[in-house]
Amino acid sequence: MATLTLSQLDKNYGAFHAVKGIDLDVADGEFVALVGPSGCGKSTTLRMIAGLEDITGGDIRIGDRVVNDLAPRARNISMVFQSYALYPHMTVGENMGFTLKIAGRDKAEIDAAVAEAARALEITQLLDRRPAQLSGGQRQRVAMGRAIVRDPDVFLFDEPLSNLDAKLRGQMRTEIKQLHARLKATVVYVTHDQVEAMTLADRIVIMKDGNIEQVGTPDEVFNQPASQFVAGFIGSPPMNMADAVTTATGLRFANGLELPMPPGFNVAEGRKVVFGLRPDDLYPEGHGIHSEGGHAVTTMDLTVDLSEPLGNETLLFVDLADKRFTGRMLNPRRVTPGEVMTFHLDLSNAHLFDADSGLSLRGA
Amino acid sequence: MKAWRLPPPVLLLLPAVIVLAAIVLLPLLLSLYSSFTPFRLTRPETIYDWVGFRNYERIFTDADFWIAFGRTVLLLTVALNLEMILGLGLAMLVERFTRGQRILRTILMFPMMFSPILVGFQFKFMFNDNVGLVNNALQSLGLTDQAIPWLIDGTLAFIAICVAEVWSSTSVFAIFILAGLMAMPRDPLEAARVDGCTPWQTFRYVTWPFLMPFAFIAMTIRSLDVARAYDIIKIMTDGGPAGRTEVLWTLIARTAYSDARMGMANAMAYVAILLSIAFTAYFFSQLGKARAQVAADW
Repeated sequence: MATLTLSQLDKNYGAFHAVKGIDLDVADGEFVALVGPSGCGKSTTLRMIAGLEDITGGDIRIGDRVVNDLAPRARNISMVFQSYALYPHMTVGENMGFTLKIAGRDKAEIDAAVAEAARALEITQLLDRRPAQLSGGQRQRVAMGRAIVRDPDVFLFDEPLSNLDAKLRGQMRTEIKQLHARLKATVVYVTHDQVEAMTLADRIVIMKDGNIEQVGTPDEVFNQPASQFVAGFIGSPPMNMADAVTTATGLRFANGLELPMPPGFNVAEGRKVVFGLRPDDLYPEGHGIHSEGGHAVTTMDLTVDLSEPLGNETLLFVDLADKRFTGRMLNPRRVTPGEVMTFHLDLSNAHLFDADSGLSLRGA
Repeated sequence: MKAWRLPPPVLLLLPAVIVLAAIVLLPLLLSLYSSFTPFRLTRPETIYDWVGFRNYERIFTDADFWIAFGRTVLLLTVALNLEMILGLGLAMLVERFTRGQRILRTILMFPMMFSPILVGFQFKFMFNDNVGLVNNALQSLGLTDQAIPWLIDGTLAFIAICVAEVWSSTSVFAIFILAGLMAMPRDPLEAARVDGCTPWQTFRYVTWPFLMPFAFIAMTIRSLDVARAYDIIKIMTDGGPAGRTEVLWTLIARTAYSDARMGMANAMAYVAILLSIAFTAYFFSQLGKARAQVAADW
């Protein structure tokens, strides 16, 4: 295992600037997830680390080695691909042992390593089958087995679960987490699924348009998003947002609605801002989360346009400041559209972003 | 009492059976029968003399036949291997083109558009010892001041025939292998690079196993082609000089039509067909294995 350092990493495809000078330090044994929408540069970054793409500028270090110009095979990395990328003409065992065979290890050693990895992933009974005879989940395990057999410095995962159905995805997520806990491996994990990133990663890197928007623990990126983009990307359902202008005492929205200034923000009067409130912090009276800072509650009556019962909770859609806001109702009861309910807005967890730059105004 | 009729399935299949019998089965049986007679075209009544296996016995002790047989196998081996290697190389070069690949693919197939007879004439001219392009080029480059007797020396003539065969049919391999390359997913190649493969190892362990079924299809087609090689050789050397480029079918044709020994020629033809069947069966079994390995699913 080793550390991984990206400094001023750059990638151009002709005129298209895919990755714009990003810096990132991954500690030994750390699990880092790269998330972002399609085309944000996360996969390109991963492929540059793997050596499958040339870098235009900057440095990649694995441990103390600068690996910029090394071929993938010289970097001692393992990669799990979205499509699994198994070798169809080899058995499962041959697939897993292939990297050791190429490295010239003797057969007994290869067999032992494959057997151990197969035991860890519970695929021992599949070793003699070919990939075409396996289900998607089994192929995923084989791809992971192939990666761990090698004992690499860094594991790279490129959206490994996105070809699986939802149930299997949840199951494999747990297994990846357990695997990481046992192997103490340095992992870079690319996904567009923020739930995967939140559940698996020690730290999350949120990328947009080739830039890093924020690096932080799941807790940090959820509770203290550095920008409007991060706030909208992390969390499900996404954060509610509405444009507002600061006044002497608080916020005024386009439709004239006024709210007090959320605690923790101290913004000069007359500034254009974006107000953000997570669905968890907008709830009908008696159906909310007891939040730690639940002392900045504003109460108002709102009409429910629509409700989405999910069993354990119900999502309520209401009109607030001319925007459709989503609220979350715990211990749900049946709600009919058009019903007027008393809602609590917990402003202690609200966010303000600069309307132009999109950056968080916390502590500004 | 109802008249007996043929059952409908038999009745419906009958036309096909009759047509096939008339145009394939009867001539086949007739030729098989004649291979057991000393049938000569100049003495038609000889077709009624049954001589049993005499023709076959003679074939098995006939050095000329076995030399022609061996030469056919040699031509098959040399030409097919060269065509596969060159076709593979061409396919991999053409596959790199992202623009203009369609035009290149069309150009690649040009040699297949010429009649083998014309290819034979063209190469006969090119390898002519006096006015041929090859000797001209070699002399102009100062590599030799001799007129190399390409089509007169037995070994050189065989090489010249191989060149003509390879030129005219390498594209069969190139097209099939190119189809394989284009159908091939990229991810396993990248996985191989990450797994530690050099470019050669990637080719050896990942690309080639995937391409093998495509190469074997081309092999099967071409082995049938070369096993019945006649036209190019007929034009370029006519099996000469002194039988040194004689292959099975030039020998059979000579026996049948020049020497008019049709009975003997038919016996030879049956042995030659066994050769074709053997090669086809071999390549089909290889194809089956390769396909089972790669399976349908990536």
